[in-house]
Amino acid sequence: MAALARAFSPLIPTDFMQLLILTAALALLVVFGYASGQRRALAVAGGNPRLLHSLPRYHGHFVALWCGLPALLVITAWLVLEPTLLRLLVTNALPAEMADQPAERLALFYNEIRNVARHGHAATSDVVADAARHYAGLRQTMFMAVGSLALALAMAGVVFARRRVSPDMRARNRVERVVAVFLVASSTVAIFTTIGIVLSLLFETLRFFQFVPVTEFLFGTSWSPQIAMRADQVGSSGAFGAVPLFAGTLLIAGIAMVVAVPLGLLAAVYMAEYAQPRFRSVVKPLLEVLAGIPTVVYGFFAALTVAPFVRDAGAMLGLSVASESALAAGLVMGIMIIPFVSSLSDDVITAVPRSLREGAYGLGATKSETIKQVVLPAALPGIVGSILLAASRAIGETMIVVMAAGLAANLTANPLEAVTTVTTQIVTLLVGDQEFDSPKTLAAFALGLALFVITLGLNAIALSIVNKYREKYD
Amino acid sequence: MNKIVPQNSFKIIARALSVHYGEKQALHQVDLDIRAGEVTALIGPSGCGKSTFLRCINRMNDLVDGARVSGSLTLDGQDIYDPAVDVVQLRARVGMVFQKPNPFPKSIYDNVAYGPRIHGMARDQAELDAIVNGSLEKAGLWAEVKDRLADSGTSLSGGQQQRLCIARAIAVEPELILMDEPCSALDPIATAKVEELIDELRENYTIVMVTHSMQQAARVSQRTAFFHMGKLIEVGDTEQVFTNPREPLTQGYITGRFG
Repeated sequence: MAALARAFSPLIPTDFMQLLILTAALALLVVFGYASGQRRALAVAGGNPRLLHSLPRYHGHFVALWCGLPALLVITAWLVLEPTLLRLLVTNALPAEMADQPAERLALFYNEIRNVARHGHAATSDVVADAARHYAGLRQTMFMAVGSLALALAMAGVVFARRRVSPDMRARNRVERVVAVFLVASSTVAIFTTIGIVLSLLFETLRFFQFVPVTEFLFGTSWSPQIAMRADQVGSSGAFGAVPLFAGTLLIAGIAMVVAVPLGLLAAVYMAEYAQPRFRSVVKPLLEVLAGIPTVVYGFFAALTVAPFVRDAGAMLGLSVASESALAAGLVMGIMIIPFVSSLSDDVITAVPRSLREGAYGLGATKSETIKQVVLPAALPGIVGSILLAASRAIGETMIVVMAAGLAANLTANPLEAVTTVTTQIVTLLVGDQEFDSPKTLAAFALGLALFVITLGLNAIALSIVNKYREKYD
Repeated sequence: MNKIVPQNSFKIIARALSVHYGEKQALHQVDLDIRAGEVTALIGPSGCGKSTFLRCINRMNDLVDGARVSGSLTLDGQDIYDPAVDVVQLRARVGMVFQKPNPFPKSIYDNVAYGPRIHGMARDQAELDAIVNGSLEKAGLWAEVKDRLADSGTSLSGGQQQRLCIARAIAVEPELILMDEPCSALDPIATAKVEELIDELRENYTIVMVTHSMQQAARVSQRTAFFHMGKLIEVGDTEQVFTNPREPLTQGYITGRFG
């Protein structure tokens, strides 16, 4: 196998090639296991599949699973453990004076060894060259051992499972149980990812709160996240009061909602109740295209077109408008979230049963009376849900405000002034080279967590409103 | 306006009434008179045009895209399809109860008060209260809901919901009530209550009902019209239609040979 791998080595890295060959061998074995299980099942039934509890192909799957799963588990475990194990073995074998270095120096040194062994870098000393040879040898031996173990397990699995094939064996139930495990695992990936994100945010946030008190972060009204390089520098003390950021976020999101809710709702009512089906089938997808426009495009639309327009319009009215006003960012964000309101509301309005409308018409209600007094109240929970979802989207929106809102953390309710938002600040804090132990950087995690909690809360409220107040029309 | 002299208290007179849904003709040249103060049952197999006929009377077919009505249909001698007729006023005179109970997602009180409110029938709250109470009373629901008028109409049982819908219809004080299989979604006990109610309502209202249950037609109606394939096959006194039908098709349907 090693010889075969070397033959291909100019094209593909050797270790990757070896893994590929191992996988291919395993795949062949699995296919063979499937075929043999199927044949075996037919044989024990005397060629009559009706005598079997499960169809022959389930016996095939059963043998294939026994062949592939244990081997895959071994290989996965090895891929996870290999770096740690190698490091332990290689560093233990180092000459004593090398092994006694401080941890960081040792790590650097080990990195060098690895680079020499795996990527063919030139060794800087004999010790490194020796260690690299040791590393490569160990790695190859371990790979061969694990590869052989995996293949042996696969073959043993085939033999074992083949023996168990009998007419009464409930192969279908067993295979389906394994499939169910796979399905559960797939569906939990998203959940575990979310938990992982929350935990990483949480730990960084806790570190942040070791530098800055929670109360200052939550209630402080001054935000200037500078950390001095030297103690005697000007402005050496940073301020981490997040209130102006959240106020700015709410101001811009509020303006966006003022734009999006009426426009979105009226559009939804028109499309659901008044528009001809032909018109609706064209306009609804078009409106939804708004949701598909990259937010960065909205961003420069806001920064280059809308913001100057708002400033000039303000100047004509004798108002002084900041060129990065909250109004401009909010207006564009409002346009962006129209489809969230209109599309979801349109769906819930359309879902109001025909019988309710007919009931109102049958009493002599006009079209607008029917819509205002019967259809909209019936659709209200869904409409509220769609508005809250749009709000959480507006609060979490980043690109538009990064480009069109300001950076100055003004605490103001005046939409003509520049404000900054939570998301903008997170971006500014993390852009460029950062040290990951200064409060300035860690503040981004605290902001992120706060934002996450707010949008998660809004989403949860939205969903529970929709579920709780939804009329059950069977 | 196209006035026709009312003939011995016929409430509805249909002459050569045809309905098309797009290309498909749902009703063929129907001539049918409906007497005032009686319950007229429309029976026939599914898709025979009986509901279509019913929905012509309050112009509910207007809501269907591509529906065309031809021929003449008069209510008290006035052409229902005259362009001068205001559909809203027509529907205030012709109430309708649907197949599935469809109370609005509002309180019981607001459900019944809905019609009187949109037609401005009450001068003040006391008058509205009187209309709501009276309608619930007439619908035989008052005793069951008088303590919970603020509860949602959808919280009632199916049979109560249907009687609420009847109360909602009679609150507008219509002259004619159309019922489209009003008991098909109800259990036998609720059905019996609604049938009893229909029998009581006959004193003050003209009722046209579509039903799939021939026993129901026999129990509550005075006249029965049998539709088949969009055509009116036979109409007569209920007793005559059920005991001595003139047409072999009617005979076949009521004896259960098809349908």
